[in-house]
Amino acid sequence: MDLKFLDEAPTTAEREAVDSVLGPPESGWDGGTRQDTDLRYARGGHTARDQRDMLLPALHAVNDRVGWISRGALDHICRRLTVPPAEAYAVASFYAMFAMHERPRRVVHLCTDIACAAAGSSGLRDRMVERLGPPGSTEGGTTWHESPCLGMCERAPAALALQAGDPARYAVAAPAGPDDLDALAESASADGPVAPSEGNGHRPAVRTTYGADPLPGTAPEADAASAVPDAGSPDHVLLRRIGRVDPLSLDDYRAEGGYAALREALRLGPAGVLREVNDSGLVGRGGAAFPTGRKWSATAQQPDAPHYLVCNADESEPGTFKDRVLMEGDPFSLVEAMTIAGYAIGAQTGYLYIRGEYPRALRHLENALALARERDLLGTDIMGSGFSFDIEIRRGAGAYICGEETAIFGSIEGQRGEPRSKPPFPVEKGLFGKPTAVNNVETLVNVLPVLLMGGPAYAAVGTEKSTGPKLFCLSGGVRRPGLYEMPFGATLRDLVEAAGGMPEGRSIRAILLGGAAGTFVRGDELDIPLTFEGAREAGTSLGSGVVLVLDDTADLASTLVRVAAFFRDESCGQCVPCRVGTVRQEESLLRLRAGASPAQELPLLREVGQAMRDASICGLGQTAWNAVESAIDRLGLFSEDTHQTAAPGDRPATEEAR
Amino acid sequence: MVTAHAHEPFTKKATNTKRGHMRSDDLSAPLDRLTRPLVREHGELRPATWDEALDRAAAGFRQGVERHGPNSFGMLSCARATNEMNFMAQKFARVVVGTNNVDSCNRTCHAPSVAGLAAAFGSGGGTSSYTEIEDTDLIIIWGGNPRFAHPIFFQHVLKGVHRGAKLFVVDPRRTSTAEWADRWLGLNVGTDIPLAHAVGREILHAGLANETFVERATTGLDEYRELVEPWTLAAAEAETGVPAEAIREMAHAYARAERAQLCWTLGITEHHNATDNVRALINLSLLTGHVGRHGAGLNPLRGQNNVQGGGDMGAIPDRLVGFQDILDPEVRAPFERLWGRPIQGTKGKTLTQMFESMESQELRTLYVIGENPVQSEPETHKTTGRLRSLDHLVVQDIFLTRTAELADVVLPASASWCESDGTFTNSERRVQLVRKALDPPEGARDDIEIMCELANRMGQEWERPSAEDIWNEVRSLSPMHRGMSYARLAELSGIQWPCYSEDELEPSYLHSRLWSEDPEERGEPAPFGIVGHSPPVDLLDEDFPFRLTTGRRLDDYNTGVQTSGFSSPLRRGELLDLSPEDAAKLGVKDGETVRVTSRRGSVLTPVSVTEAMRPGLVFMTFHFPDQVDTQMLTIDATDPIAGTAEYKAAAVRIERVEEEARVSAAAS
Ligand SMILES: Cc1cc2nc3c(=O)[nH]c(=O)nc-3n(C[C@H](O)[C@H](O)[C@H](O)COP(=O)(O)O)c2cc1C
Ligand code: SF4
Ligand code: SF4
Ligand code: FES
Repeated sequence: MDLKFLDEAPTTAEREAVDSVLGPPESGWDGGTRQDTDLRYARGGHTARDQRDMLLPALHAVNDRVGWISRGALDHICRRLTVPPAEAYAVASFYAMFAMHERPRRVVHLCTDIACAAAGSSGLRDRMVERLGPPGSTEGGTTWHESPCLGMCERAPAALALQAGDPARYAVAAPAGPDDLDALAESASADGPVAPSEGNGHRPAVRTTYGADPLPGTAPEADAASAVPDAGSPDHVLLRRIGRVDPLSLDDYRAEGGYAALREALRLGPAGVLREVNDSGLVGRGGAAFPTGRKWSATAQQPDAPHYLVCNADESEPGTFKDRVLMEGDPFSLVEAMTIAGYAIGAQTGYLYIRGEYPRALRHLENALALARERDLLGTDIMGSGFSFDIEIRRGAGAYICGEETAIFGSIEGQRGEPRSKPPFPVEKGLFGKPTAVNNVETLVNVLPVLLMGGPAYAAVGTEKSTGPKLFCLSGGVRRPGLYEMPFGATLRDLVEAAGGMPEGRSIRAILLGGAAGTFVRGDELDIPLTFEGAREAGTSLGSGVVLVLDDTADLASTLVRVAAFFRDESCGQCVPCRVGTVRQEESLLRLRAGASPAQELPLLREVGQAMRDASICGLGQTAWNAVESAIDRLGLFSEDTHQTAAPGDRPATEEAR
Repeated sequence: MVTAHAHEPFTKKATNTKRGHMRSDDLSAPLDRLTRPLVREHGELRPATWDEALDRAAAGFRQGVERHGPNSFGMLSCARATNEMNFMAQKFARVVVGTNNVDSCNRTCHAPSVAGLAAAFGSGGGTSSYTEIEDTDLIIIWGGNPRFAHPIFFQHVLKGVHRGAKLFVVDPRRTSTAEWADRWLGLNVGTDIPLAHAVGREILHAGLANETFVERATTGLDEYRELVEPWTLAAAEAETGVPAEAIREMAHAYARAERAQLCWTLGITEHHNATDNVRALINLSLLTGHVGRHGAGLNPLRGQNNVQGGGDMGAIPDRLVGFQDILDPEVRAPFERLWGRPIQGTKGKTLTQMFESMESQELRTLYVIGENPVQSEPETHKTTGRLRSLDHLVVQDIFLTRTAELADVVLPASASWCESDGTFTNSERRVQLVRKALDPPEGARDDIEIMCELANRMGQEWERPSAEDIWNEVRSLSPMHRGMSYARLAELSGIQWPCYSEDELEPSYLHSRLWSEDPEERGEPAPFGIVGHSPPVDLLDEDFPFRLTTGRRLDDYNTGVQTSGFSSPLRRGELLDLSPEDAAKLGVKDGETVRVTSRRGSVLTPVSVTEAMRPGLVFMTFHFPDQVDTQMLTIDATDPIAGTAEYKAAAVRIERVEEEARVSAAAS
């Protein structure tokens, strides 16, 4: 770490943006003006290096304010944090949301992923090219990109505009019609006057990263509740407050039973909480289906200190939007659940790692944290129990891989978000090398009913091996796409029917279960039970709860190409099987789509797929071939000359890979 | 290949070196090895056969001794060569010639450390081992930039830091070592003693002295208390420039640490009062008991692979192998018995004294092995003149150095570190085997073989011994090396001295005896050094307002002989480091050439503007003597005890010469 700084200075705005997250510089050595005492004395060392985890927030601050990260800004950040610019560049350039070259302040992200493609995003793409030039063009007052799934699949096709400024602002168009998209593609507006925050319960009383007002000329975004077709249903447990409370109001939350679970936890003590969670049979909802009680107990037992909690809210698996709806519609429930988790595992700090493209969820959570602190529901001596806990939000910046449970550590620590090999497991050496429990948003929110009902009562819901309620992200060709809550045990058919089935004249060509990392099943397999064990038996997996229905008009070959492109783009590149394999897989699928002979291509695809599955470091590479393989073997795609069926169970379940 | 590589970097600043021809505009010149002996005829060097050259060399020495006595002979031995070669070199001086006039280039670096440590503890090595640096709570690096100059040692420092050790760096410049530090204290050049005394006073006044240790193991506390009393934090701030609060902070951190390491390099030793500087630092460890325990100690960092070994082998004027006092007849007796010749009971001349006595014609013949004093000693012109005045100069080297160009006989040698077997001793006193990896080029011969040939021509019967034979002779004479057989050195990958017996290993740190409750076992207590402040000799005034200090950069070594042949992306040639404030005042830009003038000479050099420097302070290296001869500027005021020169503090003036440079560039 020898520091060779650049000789470019930051602008005033860049300096302000950085200092707004790091505080003013202490001396000339860390980016301030050189003073006489600096000639004789410098502080640094451990204190300075220990701030490395502020690198990502500092990069965001500049990107949010100016729209891109200049050399001068990068250098200033490096001086503040004693990070070599080359290393900071390596980190910044890891993330899709950061630009290292000048570009317009407004960036439109147009989703072209599976659900949106099925809903006609290609027409929108053509329209964008016409208006703004090819993706990434910096000519006009706005630039745009094709984006992987934006987590709004229930409203496909979706687009999101982010505009840098003070404050940064955003707008959403979903479902995006041509006019909505045109409004997003307007030139970056001048920084409007910042509406003064009033604590009226509808506008955050606190300063949030994104301003409350949408970009001028764009339509206001629909409530989070609109993603839940049967909002208000008395059967809801996890979703019961969605649409019934003002997500910005702590009082509302408490009026609807909020913070009763934390009180119960404090009464039970950490060991009692662990017991209830173990008894509940709760397993992780992030994709790996690992028993939450075991993870927590293992973390709590570690002698090394401190312990950390990480909430994985990076939700980027194509087709998944459940965490977004929870965070937008009922943010306090996550804050409460994290507090309970911290209490159980003996952590004083929790990190909430939220996906970079979730501006509204971010705003609602920032507000929730501030209000919880105000009422001493976070901070020292929570509810007079002597327990102290606080939560820091860390925002991702457009990298699917950062949702992987070890890559998330690197990202929070201010390194590139590259997965680490296990062991050591996170419960032993996780964030900052300390014992860490990583949990998905939905997993954590489940802890509230576990405590309120009691572990055994919770375990009685669902099946023996899959307990409790479950959220399913239903998108694609069904009549009423959206987020559905059902107890484990329902079949795929129950779910599709709950969503109103298929429109007149349409039939199901395929259903993608578990997202891009999951598998396709056929329309005649609707009897598959939506439980972990049922899915496994059927040779598929629930993953993060994605149920993406493709009807008979879907272009399956193109869908596979899109999946392959996604993995190629999102591979962190650390290990060869995945870095090279994802490229080869996409190339082969492109050839197949163009009419190449399956007899030639399929053996190649299988070999590449097997190599990725066997030899990749992390779940991304290990699952990158799942969907393609199932499309070939299960749907019979490209099967004219070579038909093979693999027995279910041939393939390691997605869960295990993750 | 070379065992020593693993532990000891081939690094050091301003000292004697070997160099080949180099054009001044070419910073990475080819290294042309010497492969034919040369003799001087009609004022010119011409090729000769080995026999002729050896005859000439031996005859010159013989004549000198016959006419002017053995003490007219001097030997400069090589700190990069093996222990075995150094042992043979001092034996040559003491047995073949009969003089103690033998020295090596550690004069220019760590003789003061050896002298200071020996005065306090009775022996002159660093007291801790590398692994203990990793296992400590606080590390103070005082007057050193090991990140550049001792990169291997610094890896151990970093391991310590990563394990949580706090790092303090005391240096006029904010070096890249300082960039790693928790605190950097930027003192004025040459004010180490006031700073150390203020730290000592603060420790005493805060009641943080380790009373048990002071009582058991030291003497002279009262005088010390009196000595440091005037150095209040405020007085020290005025003299050193370091804020009082920072001094206080360091004093408390050092005294409160459970284990602390104090390390220093040439910033402490290249001063006219270098030994006093070392003593002032040692005082702090005595006051706090940070010595003689695991993880707590004192560490002078050595720059050349075998500076430690050269001294250990007795290639110094006042000690026989194993650090044994030459003045003691009982020590001399076994040597005299084995070598069959009496050894003079007086100290020989140090390298500096040898040069001085060339002027007075006392020293008439000189045998230089692998050293390049013309380019490493201060005041180049003076050195050249002195060497020219000798009756007989023999230079044994791998390159035709500037010094060799002045010789009467030049003998092409092998590169001992890769072309011969032997041992090296690193900074942590670890003796390690090196094995021959290459044959010397056709025509060059092994140093030891050459010495034997000369000895035989001077009336001795020396058969060429193997490296292991020599080492066994060392073991028979030096108790602290006795337990280190080659077999054991190989087996244990090196052994630290002392190692008295073949079945035991001593602790990795020295002086644990001082902690003993038994006065008998405790032995001689360590005296506080009563040393006063003496500012740099070369005073700043209106004509010479800048303080020039010297050092090295990461990718070059000394005068560049061993490094200039390799390209480095970092190398920019010689540069004058200058603060942005001074650059603005002088109106010079980065890369612009300026004239730097001291009371002794003047050179042209490009500047590098860097925030590591403060107004009034400038910095240069010695790496590119053919481009910029920094030695023209430095002063040869030397430490009276150890004889090292004050490379670290010259007074200079800086002038813009852009015009001048452009004109002369156009002309050439
Ligand atoms: C490439 C990849 C991306 C992932 N992304 C997410 C994610 O966005 N959110 C999430 O909760 N888990 C994600 N996971 C799963 C996590 O690794 C981890 O299993 C999960 O956060 C554990 O929480 P849980 O036990 O509560 O499910 C991902 C895994 C992989 C391999
Ligand atoms: S071998 Fe691997 S680690 Fe080494 S350079 Fe190549 S890709 Fe990088
Ligand atoms: S499998 Fe892919 S994403 Fe995972 S570590 Fe390897 S290269 Fe990175
Ligand atoms: S938002 Fe477009 S696919 Fe999910």
